[in-house]
Amino acid sequence: MRQSPTGPKVLVALGVALLLAGSWWGLTKAPGEVYMGEVQRIMYVHVPTAWNAMLALSFAFVCALCFLLTNAWKWDSRLEAAMEMGVVLSLLLCIQGSIWAKPTWGVWWDWDPRLTTTAVMVFAFGGILALRAFVDDPARRAVWSAVACIVAFVDVPIVYFSVKWWNSLHQAQSTPQTVSSAFHLPLRVNAFGILFLWTGLVALRSRVASLRLRNELGPPLPDSRPAVTGAAPIAGGAS
Amino acid sequence: MKDLLAALRKDLLLQWRGRAQVIAIFAFGAAALLLFSFAIGPDSAALREHAAGFLWLGLLLASTLALAESFEREMEEQALEGLLLLPASTRGLYYGKAIANWAHLALLGVALVPVMVVLYDAGTLRLISLVGVILLGTAGLSAPGTLYAAMTSQTRARQTLLPLLLFPLVVPVLLAAVKATSLLILGDPMGQLRPWTTLLAAFGVIHWSIGGLLFGRVVED
Amino acid sequence: MSRMIAVAAAGVCRRYGRRWALTDVSFEVPEGALVMVTGRNGSGKSTLLRVLATAIRPDRGTVRILDIDVRAARDSVRRKVALLGHRTHLYEPLTALENLTVRARFLGADSRRGPLLSRLEEVGLADRGDDPVQSFSAGMRQRLALASVLQQQARVVLLDEPYGHLDPPGFLLVDGLLQRLRREGATVLMATHLVSRGRNLCDRGLVLEAGRLAYAGTAAQMPQPAGADGAGFAEGA
Repeated sequence: MRQSPTGPKVLVALGVALLLAGSWWGLTKAPGEVYMGEVQRIMYVHVPTAWNAMLALSFAFVCALCFLLTNAWKWDSRLEAAMEMGVVLSLLLCIQGSIWAKPTWGVWWDWDPRLTTTAVMVFAFGGILALRAFVDDPARRAVWSAVACIVAFVDVPIVYFSVKWWNSLHQAQSTPQTVSSAFHLPLRVNAFGILFLWTGLVALRSRVASLRLRNELGPPLPDSRPAVTGAAPIAGGAS
Repeated sequence: MKDLLAALRKDLLLQWRGRAQVIAIFAFGAAALLLFSFAIGPDSAALREHAAGFLWLGLLLASTLALAESFEREMEEQALEGLLLLPASTRGLYYGKAIANWAHLALLGVALVPVMVVLYDAGTLRLISLVGVILLGTAGLSAPGTLYAAMTSQTRARQTLLPLLLFPLVVPVLLAAVKATSLLILGDPMGQLRPWTTLLAAFGVIHWSIGGLLFGRVVED
Repeated sequence: MSRMIAVAAAGVCRRYGRRWALTDVSFEVPEGALVMVTGRNGSGKSTLLRVLATAIRPDRGTVRILDIDVRAARDSVRRKVALLGHRTHLYEPLTALENLTVRARFLGADSRRGPLLSRLEEVGLADRGDDPVQSFSAGMRQRLALASVLQQQARVVLLDEPYGHLDPPGFLLVDGLLQRLRREGATVLMATHLVSRGRNLCDRGLVLEAGRLAYAGTAAQMPQPAGADGAGFAEGA
């Protein structure tokens, strides 16, 4: 059994390093925000997490499209990894949002449109992961989760806008204010940190998914499901 | 196209044959509305204020039963596969089933309105608009619901998977339909109905389109 | 005399999970032939018929029906092929006539009561036309499934255990239908365990063993399935 490739591991290590550096900077060195105080420092992690959650799920969407178009197994493995990563990041986002909301507004959840959409995404994509667990046939599992991922992703902007309108009737926009320009560097460092981290993890995770698929199907595992079409010599045959 | 009409006739016939189920599902919806009122308490003002929410929640819960049922008959003897092999176009089959489910859910919604009026003292004079909102909302439930029901009816944990997959997806429908219905019941002095019905319509257009495109991949090998 | 090749399979493989149900199956069937497909339980007969019917895709290899590649033009192939499978493809709550009507509408065929009733007569179900399929016995369901296959008027007919569940008159019914199909020039592939019966009716035979083609030739020279209890074991009259 080959060792897992070093590339992704380097990415993960680099990602962790960047994340630690950016977070340390943001938490200790950068000046505190005037109105909101120390809790606002969570933005240094929250905003990059938000960008990356969206990126991960967008990548999942791309994998789903690629699978439906090419039928290649590798896209299914990547889809599984990307969806898991997207769900994890989105869940982290919700937790970070709650940590910020409690001291700020006094409640754990303030129905902010972006966070609410994120919560819906956790359920939507988590549901697709649950679907995968209940389908035994690998081919069907792959097609169905790709279809469900596309439908869920297309739904995300609709959910966002509907929650935004729904919420705007009740309270003023409660977005945590992002940092002003002086503080951008730790933000960017963290953004890349998380990016490398999840990209490396997805690469490793999709490799695990591929190996499991290989195990499920046994050899030989073709790269894609249907063989190449075209005139094939007719071997054997009836008299 | 002819396949769509043939499928629609087939699905309406199947629903008619299974009308005992239709009545049972209505009873389930009505029971849900009753339970909501017990959960809130006999505060008439609160009940009236949230009546729209209860109506749509009850409808949503009942819809999972109706949607799952719509594929039971297709899968028990692989009748759907039999039609696909004729060949029947997957788009025709999808839209026929989705329209039949829409009709069922709309009927269910309209039937639950009197229950809502009685239990929550929540009526409206703008009945045509209310029926319109019900039609738009149930269309939004039917399209993705039919697609997902086709999938989950072929899996092991079908009862839990369909709601799990469908509910997050139809959050916009729930929001918009409840808002719109609320405006009709409680009054709409500033004319805010239009944006919500537009949202419902947009949701419907998007999901009816992609449903038709993706259904083939879901039911074929 | 050269006839067109009705069914041409080349290197067909199909897996279910780890298990390869069909491995490298290749054969040709000329038009108008009546072919018997035999093999032990689990040898892949049903899978083969389902692949030929385009109900499932081959993981490897090609299948050409009447010289159309099933992957390139699946719907065209489906128009020309009919399958009697293990599942009846029927709607249980609907009546026998309603089931045929539904299918007739998709086929674009005559969906009036009269012609469909005569189809039911052909399979001996004319008096049960308005009863729901739910109330039918297994044999009656089989007859109705046969009627719906005939309804398609396909050029290639695939029958998976057509004699299953049928009573002795039903056996004769199937024999008659096979002869009729042959007269009409259709190509028939029939999977069955009734080897002696099949040998009398069919002109060609295929034998599957563990997913591989063990024999492809005339029916008369077909070997008995290995380990079978001889020709007399539980075969029909």
